[in-house]
Amino acid sequence: MNVQAWTFTLVAISFALYIGVAVWSRANTTRDFYVAGKGVPPLANGMATAADWMSAASFISMAGLIAFLGYDGSVYLMGWTGGYVLLALLLAPYLRKFGRYTVPDFVGDRYYSKTARVVAVVCAIFISFTYVAGQMRGVGIVFSRFLEVPIEWGVAIGMAIVFFYAVLGGMKGITYTQVAQYCVLIFAYMVPAIFLSILITGNAVPQLGLGGADLVSGEYLLDRLDGLHEQLGFAAYTDGSKSTLDVFAITAALMVGTAGLPHVIIRFYTVPRVRDARISAGWALLFIAILYTTAPAVAVFARTNLINTVSEQPYEAVPEWFTTWENTDLIAYEDHNGDGLIQFVGPDAVDGSGQAVQNELTIDRDIMVLANPEIAGLPAWVVGLVAAGGLAAALSTAAGLLLVVSSAISHDLLKGVFRPGISERGELVWARVSAAFAVVLAGYLGINPPGFVAQVVAFAFGLAAASFFPAIILGIFSRRMNREGAIAGMISGIAFTAAYIIYFNYVNPGANTPDNWFLGISPEGIGFVGMLINFAVSVTVSRFNPPPPEEVGRLVENIRVPKGSGPAHEVSA
Amino acid sequence: MTSPPSVRPGYWTVNLRYLAILLSIWFLVSFGCGILFADALNGFRLPGTGFKVGFWFAQQGSIYAFLVLIFVYVRLMNRLDREYGVEEE
Repeated sequence: MNVQAWTFTLVAISFALYIGVAVWSRANTTRDFYVAGKGVPPLANGMATAADWMSAASFISMAGLIAFLGYDGSVYLMGWTGGYVLLALLLAPYLRKFGRYTVPDFVGDRYYSKTARVVAVVCAIFISFTYVAGQMRGVGIVFSRFLEVPIEWGVAIGMAIVFFYAVLGGMKGITYTQVAQYCVLIFAYMVPAIFLSILITGNAVPQLGLGGADLVSGEYLLDRLDGLHEQLGFAAYTDGSKSTLDVFAITAALMVGTAGLPHVIIRFYTVPRVRDARISAGWALLFIAILYTTAPAVAVFARTNLINTVSEQPYEAVPEWFTTWENTDLIAYEDHNGDGLIQFVGPDAVDGSGQAVQNELTIDRDIMVLANPEIAGLPAWVVGLVAAGGLAAALSTAAGLLLVVSSAISHDLLKGVFRPGISERGELVWARVSAAFAVVLAGYLGINPPGFVAQVVAFAFGLAAASFFPAIILGIFSRRMNREGAIAGMISGIAFTAAYIIYFNYVNPGANTPDNWFLGISPEGIGFVGMLINFAVSVTVSRFNPPPPEEVGRLVENIRVPKGSGPAHEVSA
Repeated sequence: MTSPPSVRPGYWTVNLRYLAILLSIWFLVSFGCGILFADALNGFRLPGTGFKVGFWFAQQGSIYAFLVLIFVYVRLMNRLDREYGVEEE
């Protein structure tokens, strides 16, 4: 069987699996629909959280980004895992004890204010939509490259699948489908990584192979790559070129943003007890860490392979994968010096006589993981498996995000603000209608991306860091924090972060260089500053306003103690 | 709103102390070893491997440490809950 036949077979089998799981676990009540009846075992919740969290960006783009950024790529590795420590220690157990359905629920109740709830709803919807557009795009790319259908059809097929299990199954259907998707995606990620590690270093564990010696030269792989980089005029792989403060700020913004993302937080509402919320954050990070500690190894293998395969090779003799990706415009070669060889070099490259050498090869970073098995000459079924894994990652995240949008509309806006008297049946119908609406809108954005999906994801993290995180932390750890402080903090944090990102990306993109940045912090890392502003404004404003009412004090006391959270004993406000 | 369960004083203080210790380690392994001191640590290697220490913390070590921190926290808190009699049925 060729690559396309394998891809088609594996993708079809995995889709059949997801639909089967969704039918088996469909939702009957709003409690099932929003929080899976609060009956998900912690290990399963950990797996579902891992799939929910690891998006097309983690699966498809991250290793490629690291391969091109070297040490600077660490911001994603630490940023997207370190947030789980904050979640486990500062948020998950308390929010589970609080025991309602959504993040705006907590913000609205803790700050006894519809305004606060509406601010939270708007943030939740914005964050989730920016994210989901990127996922749908990922689905489209995989379909168009591996199954050779147009991107529009790829997105439409993805929409149909998500529509089926998110609308029918709600959180319960999504959770168990995500467990299946985690298994597919981690298998698909590890198989080629292990193959590559054995091929290049002779060690079957990629995490160890990364620190091991190259089989051909006997040199340590990282030293060899640093050497190649120096020779070709790139910055050394194990050294960064970003400033230390910027690396610090981006890492912090990603960590805090992770802990503030509503589709991740909401997963901790689904377990039966507070102690389950704590441990399931641990399981989630374990399942995530398997991929995240493998990614830097994949990055180094891919980078080394790429340089060895293309550097100074005649363009006439390039392997087949090179031509296939050229057809998608994701690889481009331009023979500047007319020698028919591929010069793949960095900005500081010089030839033997000291003349500057021009780079002739541009490669889209997103294709590194997808092209990796082909570059290394792995069997066709491995290539097909990677396609199925990429789809699993994109679909599981899309479903989790769509559920946030749906619950924000039906639960937070409709029941919470406009029609408090709505019946259980009515709310469930509305939850399904808004999920369906969200799927269609996400698909539209996937087919007609707003052209700035990449920066917009940074926006989502920045907003989550600058809005939800401080409001929730202060709500739990400070009894004195009141409505006025929290609202002022959220609004100033968001306004600052949004203004900074919009200015540098859209208003004056020409000025988007380290010299013009505030303290040299890039728009990617500015959410960290936004978060500090939010904290400072919240604390200051709260001091000049009356303390919260007594029942809010009791709510805070209550969520700090695990006892009394059992499934039969729901907290009502 | 149900009234908060009565708890002996001290439970919250011990919880905060655990958080302070664990989050200091969290900061040290990631922002410390992986970023602020990375250049200095890159002068050393993990014995028997090609890893420079700062680079290893940034791309591998900090993630392992995060995992250990969460599981230690879970154990500490479950024990504390039992000591103060606030664990769940």
